[in-house]
Amino acid sequence: MKEKLVIIGNGMAPGRALEKLFETGPSRYSVTIFNAEPRVNYDRIMLSPVLSGEKSFEDIIIHGDGWYIEHGIMLYKGHRIVEIDREKRMVRSEQGATAEYDKLIIATGSVPFIIPVPGHKLPGVLSYRDLDDVHAMMLAAKGRGHAVVIGGGLLGLEAAAGLLNQGMSVTVLHVNPTLMERQLDPAAGYLLQRELERRGIEVITKANTKEIIGGSRVEAVLLDDGRRISADLVVMAVGIRPNAALGKEAGLAVNRGIVVNDQMQTSDPAIYALGECAEVGGTCYGLVAPLYSQANIVAAHLSGDSKAAFVPQYTATRLKVTGIDLYSVGDFAEGEDREEIVLRDATAGVYKRVILRDDRIIGAVLYGDTADGPWFFDMLKNGTDTRPMRDTLIFGQAYQGGTPLDPMAAVAALPDEAEICGCNGVCKGKITDAITGKGLTTLDGVRAHTKASASCGSCTGLVEQLLRATLGDGYNPAAVQPMCPCTDYGHDDVRRLIVAKSLKSIPAVMQELEWKTSCGCAKCRPALNYYLVADWPGEYEDDGQSRFINERVHANIQKDGTYSVVPRMWGGMTNPKELRAIADVADKFAIPAVKVTGGQRIDLLGVKKEDLPAVWADLNAAGMVSGAAYAKGLRTVKTCVGSDWCRFGTQDSTGLGIRIEKFMWGAWTPAKLKLAVSGCPRNCAEATCKDIGVICVDSGYDIHFAGAAGLDIKGTELLCHADTEDEALEIIVALTQLYREQGRYLERIYKWAKRVGTPSILANVVTDREKRRHYYERFVYSQTFAQVDPWEERVNGKDAHEFAAMAEFGLPVAAE
Amino acid sequence: MTDWIEIGTVQAIPRRGARCVSVPGGKIAVFRTQEDQIFAIENRCPHRNGPLSEGIVHGGSVTCPLHNWVFDLATGKALGADEGEVRTYPIDVVDGRIFLAADLVAVAAE
Ligand SMILES: Cc1cc2nc3c(=O)[nH]c(=O)nc-3n(C[C@H](O)[C@H](O)[C@H](O)COP(=O)(O)OP(=O)(O)OC[C@H]3O[C@@H](n4cnc5c(N)ncnc54)[C@H](O)[C@@H]3O)c2cc1C
Ligand code: SF4
Ligand code: SF4
Ligand code: FES
Repeated sequence: MKEKLVIIGNGMAPGRALEKLFETGPSRYSVTIFNAEPRVNYDRIMLSPVLSGEKSFEDIIIHGDGWYIEHGIMLYKGHRIVEIDREKRMVRSEQGATAEYDKLIIATGSVPFIIPVPGHKLPGVLSYRDLDDVHAMMLAAKGRGHAVVIGGGLLGLEAAAGLLNQGMSVTVLHVNPTLMERQLDPAAGYLLQRELERRGIEVITKANTKEIIGGSRVEAVLLDDGRRISADLVVMAVGIRPNAALGKEAGLAVNRGIVVNDQMQTSDPAIYALGECAEVGGTCYGLVAPLYSQANIVAAHLSGDSKAAFVPQYTATRLKVTGIDLYSVGDFAEGEDREEIVLRDATAGVYKRVILRDDRIIGAVLYGDTADGPWFFDMLKNGTDTRPMRDTLIFGQAYQGGTPLDPMAAVAALPDEAEICGCNGVCKGKITDAITGKGLTTLDGVRAHTKASASCGSCTGLVEQLLRATLGDGYNPAAVQPMCPCTDYGHDDVRRLIVAKSLKSIPAVMQELEWKTSCGCAKCRPALNYYLVADWPGEYEDDGQSRFINERVHANIQKDGTYSVVPRMWGGMTNPKELRAIADVADKFAIPAVKVTGGQRIDLLGVKKEDLPAVWADLNAAGMVSGAAYAKGLRTVKTCVGSDWCRFGTQDSTGLGIRIEKFMWGAWTPAKLKLAVSGCPRNCAEATCKDIGVICVDSGYDIHFAGAAGLDIKGTELLCHADTEDEALEIIVALTQLYREQGRYLERIYKWAKRVGTPSILANVVTDREKRRHYYERFVYSQTFAQVDPWEERVNGKDAHEFAAMAEFGLPVAAE
Repeated sequence: MTDWIEIGTVQAIPRRGARCVSVPGGKIAVFRTQEDQIFAIENRCPHRNGPLSEGIVHGGSVTCPLHNWVFDLATGKALGADEGEVRTYPIDVVDGRIFLAADLVAVAAE
């Protein structure tokens, strides 16, 4: 007969305990689980990515239904246990289901703390603990509107960022002077606040909530200084309380949590408490890593190992908000007996502080660059004497031992027992064994087989380095790498530094940023040229030699070395005069192919390079300019006939398209930019797969963006609605300018938007009129230098060397 | 004794650029680097005949405009993972005037 093991609560901690229990072989237990939440075990840590839309619930399931079947586990979903009968060794659920136990594990987690202010029970006031809360928030976010998050700790800020991503405007109320004061010192708290505000989250510190106001649902939050913040949704994330009620009712020893010894046994030896509801050594833990250690102890104990004992431990914290790097561990309060080392780099947005006592690290706070977090943490755990590296400690591991050690070498040098993943307690040896043994080549593979970096993800970088160290070139991460082999900087750093350091020429960039090659390569030079053109209009002199041939000679090179020529046809409109000129040119220069393009233009293919200026001269004479069909810049604005001709047309789509094209032609952008304007939602101009598309409607103009119809196919996203043509134009122009300033070279709009997030784009070009105006004006200014027809310039002699041979020798040359 | 033929001046080629010399049967690409070194190679990429004179010139190399192979201008060898070689021609520069070996031009013409 198997012994009966019953578990109350199906969270992360007991899930881990069961895994451990089954790892050692067929279990001596038959297992029954009761879970108040009507679902399987999932990664609660990753609720925030679900809220922000970056992940789905399916992505974060730890044990699917199949797992329970495979292990013969009886899982009661949606059953809350209301009674533990210790006499009869039996539990009973709300619905009346019962189960007897030989061993019982209480793993009921925590309950969110709710401030009992008036109005806290109003509909629209939520907490943040489980998937139901996330669904409720996502539903509330559908109505856009304003969210107030009470609590500026880890949970509150993740909720705020998620709601912002879902399209709400967000205010965070925090009682303390700085955010996340339990994990961060004031300096890092300040940097964090600034970054959140930059993204459009309003942060009010020293805010005491007095009342939540509302009738049938929440309407506003009232602070005790009298301020009233209107709200369509209130999320309370002010802390958690161990869920010890069941234990208390059953007569177990309970303090803050259910009291257990270091083997996780409660005052009744048949009952264990595990996870956030347990209090061990006077402490209740609220992060996964120590809970997983507890789980291991319980599993060991259940398998008969009575020596395993829980050891208190520090855990590191990270904020899981995309794009914010933040790491803290240990004790970082100031004190008499402590020393600290601080590094600040304001332009790079980096702040690092390491706190030492008796030359040993007792705490660290890192903001902006957290790569060395695990290294500091390791020294903290090991009590490493830091005196030998005191001078360079703060610069991190790469700077130890004289010459900078590259991170790869550092990882390669770690012993096999070194812990890589704190959450899941996975050491290096286990990961490298899995990589070689199972033939893994991807991060996901390692996650699936070892769980390393599968929980909070903070050790992802280390795992990737292990992959690279083990596989060499066989590992090719999707992560963005340096711009090219000439530099260690990525595109974003280069762009930032160009502006921050006022670098206004390619040699200046290469000098200041310590390029490793004398004059770059074919990857970085065009990128730098674009960045300088975009960032210093009127000051930077375009470097033709750093442009691809197409942009240098303003035509498209073809596979046989001839060129194709596409004149501009504004909004796709043309007329007999233009068509005659095109026909004449085709005849005169014996142009072999004439084709209509997808962008509503006419393409003359197979033009000899030396004929280009003459071809352009004839086209210019008929009033046509370069169609820029070769440019990483504004290409075409496609239109339909709209209200001019079409019986469905709601607005003058052709006119708007022409207006946009006349306004924006000549502009360089990170990658090609194609637009379209459709006169009604029937969308004949196919605007919803363009970089920017407009759909005219009766009430005005719906502005779409971030579509793709190339290697990738993607429908656009709706950016906003504009009432007038003027407003539509201003928004489109501001959006383009934002993209010009933030995009990485060759990054199409849809990739850029995915990277920076729609909320930040909205905040810059839609919601904030003033910001929109700034971007608009910067574009207008830059256009004063850009709207010069490159064909006309070349017809008039510019770059003549491009179009003529240097010397020509006829056949008799050898005899000369 | 090699016969040298003048093909033009260093000035006539933009820095980090190239120009072509037409010879019977083909084109020779003459490159000028940032440091004013002059190289001459066949204007035809061994991959798929890309016109190398149209490529981006960086250091002592050029990147083919069609599919980004990179060639060392001095040796004509493809760099990196690609394998291939483009023909090089001897060049002489005197007082900013560029000379090409006449007999080699003739060979190229064959
Ligand atoms: C949004 C969010 C982000 C987080 N981020 C991080 C992070 O980055 N890093 C980190 O380390 N930790 C993080 N945490 C904390 C971490 O998720 C928890 O510490 C961990 O999940 C607790 O595990 P547990 O098993 O003790 O309890 P839980 O996972 O909370 O599971 C308890 C389960 O018991 C059920 N239950 C309760 N009472 C009963 C009853 N009477 N009968 C039956 N079932 C019952 C509950 O419904 C629940 O499903 C985060 C938490 C949240 C909510
Ligand atoms: S998109 Fe609408 S307005 Fe334009 S042509 Fe089609 S049906 Fe007519
Ligand atoms: S679809 Fe491919 S083959 Fe056709 S023109 Fe575009 S790149 Fe060339
Ligand atoms: S033709 Fe030169 S790389 Fe393909």
